[in-house]
Amino acid sequence: MQTGNSVKRSVRCWALALAMGPLLAVPAAAQVFNPVTAELDNGMQVVVIENDRAPVVTHMVWYRVGAADEPAGKSGIAHYLEHLMFKGTENRAPGEFSEIVASLGGRENAFTSQDYTGYFQTIAPQHLETMMELEADRMTGLVLSDEIIEPERRVILEERLSRTENNPRALLSEQVRAATYLNHPYRLPIIGWAHEIETLTREDLEVFYKTWYAPNNAILVVSGDVDAQDVIRLARTHYGPIPRRDLPPRIRPSEPPQRAPREVILEDPRVEQPSWSRRYLAPSYNSGETEHAYALEVLSEIIGGGTTARIYRSLVVEAELAASAGAWYAPDALDLTTFGFWFSPRPGVAIEDVEAAIDAQIAALLENGVTEDELARAQRRLIDSAIFARDSVSGPARVFGAALASGQTAADVEDWPDRILGVTVEDINEAARAVFDPARATTGILLTAPEGDRS
Amino acid sequence: MSGSVMRFLAAPIFVFILAFIPVPAKAIEIQRVISDGGVEAWLVEDHSLPIVSVRFLFPGGAATDPEGREGLANMVSGLLDEGAGELDSQTFQRRLSDESISLSFSASRDTFGGALKTLTRNRDEAFELLHLALTEPRFDADAVARIRAQILAGIAAGANNPGRIAQQTFWEATFPNHPYARRVEGTAESVETITEDDLRTFVSRRLARSELIVGVVGDITTDELKRLLDSTFGDLPERAEAFTIPRAEPAAAGEVIVVEKENPQSRVVFGQKGLYRDDPDYYAALVLNHILGGGSFTSRLYEEVREKRGLAYSVYSYLLPMDNAALWMGGAGTENATVSVSVELVRNQWANARAFGVSQEELEKAKSNLIGSFGLRFDNSSAIAGMLVGVQRRDLGIEYLNERNSLIERVTLEDVNRVAKRVLDPDALTVVIVGNPDNVDATHTIREDG
Repeated sequence: MQTGNSVKRSVRCWALALAMGPLLAVPAAAQVFNPVTAELDNGMQVVVIENDRAPVVTHMVWYRVGAADEPAGKSGIAHYLEHLMFKGTENRAPGEFSEIVASLGGRENAFTSQDYTGYFQTIAPQHLETMMELEADRMTGLVLSDEIIEPERRVILEERLSRTENNPRALLSEQVRAATYLNHPYRLPIIGWAHEIETLTREDLEVFYKTWYAPNNAILVVSGDVDAQDVIRLARTHYGPIPRRDLPPRIRPSEPPQRAPREVILEDPRVEQPSWSRRYLAPSYNSGETEHAYALEVLSEIIGGGTTARIYRSLVVEAELAASAGAWYAPDALDLTTFGFWFSPRPGVAIEDVEAAIDAQIAALLENGVTEDELARAQRRLIDSAIFARDSVSGPARVFGAALASGQTAADVEDWPDRILGVTVEDINEAARAVFDPARATTGILLTAPEGDRS
Repeated sequence: MSGSVMRFLAAPIFVFILAFIPVPAKAIEIQRVISDGGVEAWLVEDHSLPIVSVRFLFPGGAATDPEGREGLANMVSGLLDEGAGELDSQTFQRRLSDESISLSFSASRDTFGGALKTLTRNRDEAFELLHLALTEPRFDADAVARIRAQILAGIAAGANNPGRIAQQTFWEATFPNHPYARRVEGTAESVETITEDDLRTFVSRRLARSELIVGVVGDITTDELKRLLDSTFGDLPERAEAFTIPRAEPAAAGEVIVVEKENPQSRVVFGQKGLYRDDPDYYAALVLNHILGGGSFTSRLYEEVREKRGLAYSVYSYLLPMDNAALWMGGAGTENATVSVSVELVRNQWANARAFGVSQEELEKAKSNLIGSFGLRFDNSSAIAGMLVGVQRRDLGIEYLNERNSLIERVTLEDVNRVAKRVLDPDALTVVIVGNPDNVDATHTIREDG
């Protein structure tokens, strides 16, 4: 580890989005995965993607509950519970789950986002049934005690120190998120605020678990060297008997109109390389003016998709103001998402100078729109990325899980290339005008603390 | 991936065949392809998707950077795709992006290499761009200035990253006066001084056919590959310039180095002398390390430091065999108040394994996991191409991927316990702590600006 090194550009390769996991926008690939879908009698959804290129299977269970579904004042429950799911159940001792997966040569993990929580194992196909047995067991049988939750609380506080407190960039990103959303729970960090993590009780965790962990709130995704009908049969056997629960509505207070731009500046003596980002509230596939979502996806490719895209070319290559720069858009949020821009200035260049250049780019976009040529090139790259997405066992499972947990259907995923191809120049220009309203922006700036602040 | 229990973000996941597990066998069939011009590649044909993945490697990485020009190999890796032949940077990049071709280069301490991934329909174009990048890189002044600025920004961005500081302090302490002490990306000062001439010299000295290693996976036949091997690599110089990196014994055994930083959590890196990849005990060490700190949610370190006491989110160990040194390393992140406890627990686990060995049950579980999970590494064509390169580089033999699990299977309790006694030495651990730790007896303390 740490011996290799790669110089540049996180923005270079769109196919990388797949490797970056379910919390980022994932370009789905469609009419390519050919999934088989089913629904169990208890309401659990099943998606199977057959892929016999390697003798391996990825087994995932996604719950339609995430950090944005936590009760007010109790941030961090969803993620804390995700950790605790690796402890014991009525039938399994603490640690037994991981012991079994490990002894069968499997890899496992889990993740929590604002909108969903997922658990997965990758393993040889003959162990799929055991994975289902274990995963079904912990859907309802989790046993929590103070002896279990207290050490894990410390682990999570350490995790927060590692991820956030030790890292000025992450600290700023947390503040920017809080400023971007005034009213919607997306303003809270997924891991939770430290002072709230400290006060979460066993009862808080149990109530959350018993409220949301249910087959009719879950999606099973299996990808790999399997037969779809076999998988559905196994799912009926292991997940089928779990009774459905009455689910409460997901309460998501919506954003009021944003009337003024917001700016957050973090100065920290630990910063030696400043950076800048700006987000505009934007529709997702599922919320807001959703008709703009696919156009925004193509737009994000045109202006932010790598070293020949508008932002990189103009700021980094031509004006020589930024060391790196780009744009991003995450369309698969359940609620309002953001369209973002970012840059790191070249050494010695003032943030304001680069910001002015990016403002000029956005103004030019609003004024002149994009060209047919740019559209065609971006569409081709995006469609090609769907082919590359098939070159993986676990990647397609993540695509479907994230989509279904965020209000989309398997058919939406399969139709993705067609919808991308259906986007016109007019669609993009209209979407840009709808989103890039200066009053709807939140800007975050990371600076080094002035000399006087250094101790 | 915020909010995930994932420990190793980029841990590659592979899939493979197990000799003794009754799965429908899909043994990976590797073909050794030698072009008419004598360029060799290992190929796994797979026509199920219209994709070709290529990995290639030349020996001689950052450790060969001249004194004062540290970061040269890394800078070359950033510039080979920034214009070549008749194509300036934007034209070259535009070709790549319009044809959905991924091309990248990278340098490590010991190697310089790259990766190419393309759709079948753009295959010839992709190989031609690689050919141009390797043989006619332009190093235009504006591109050099741009990549230099990116590297400098990266160095500045990482300057106060506790993990990076811990690693760098460890390497400097462990390999004084050896090229391994230097950062692959160099320093701000050295990167500033690298000239176009340096870049060209690196290319002419290092990129040659004699020691080139190539792995190819995907939608291509042997005949098509032979042609492309010649057109891509055929006109590289025959021989690279010889270089010597001396073998290095890790220094600083037993030292505890504190780098004072105002962070709430201390970042710890620890390590001692390890085993070379060709050491007969390597597989036994791999099993031992899995038990000690390698198994994700099941290792002794994980159990003692995280599960029982909640002292760290991540704690782990790993073997790091390089060309001219070998390390057994690990790391953890623990709040300042309790980092001394975590470090003591690591030392205790080291001592305990050395004194008492491991149990038969631990051995069986570790082997079972290492064997079963090997196949998971073959998840995608790039990963498989990477393994083809790795196997050639370590000279493990073309049957290695199908034999590797039996090498693990053969490891006995005696082997593991012998290696524990032979290698693990709690008193030799070099420990670097970056933070503001309480109750640590440091042998050296490095203060900010001091």
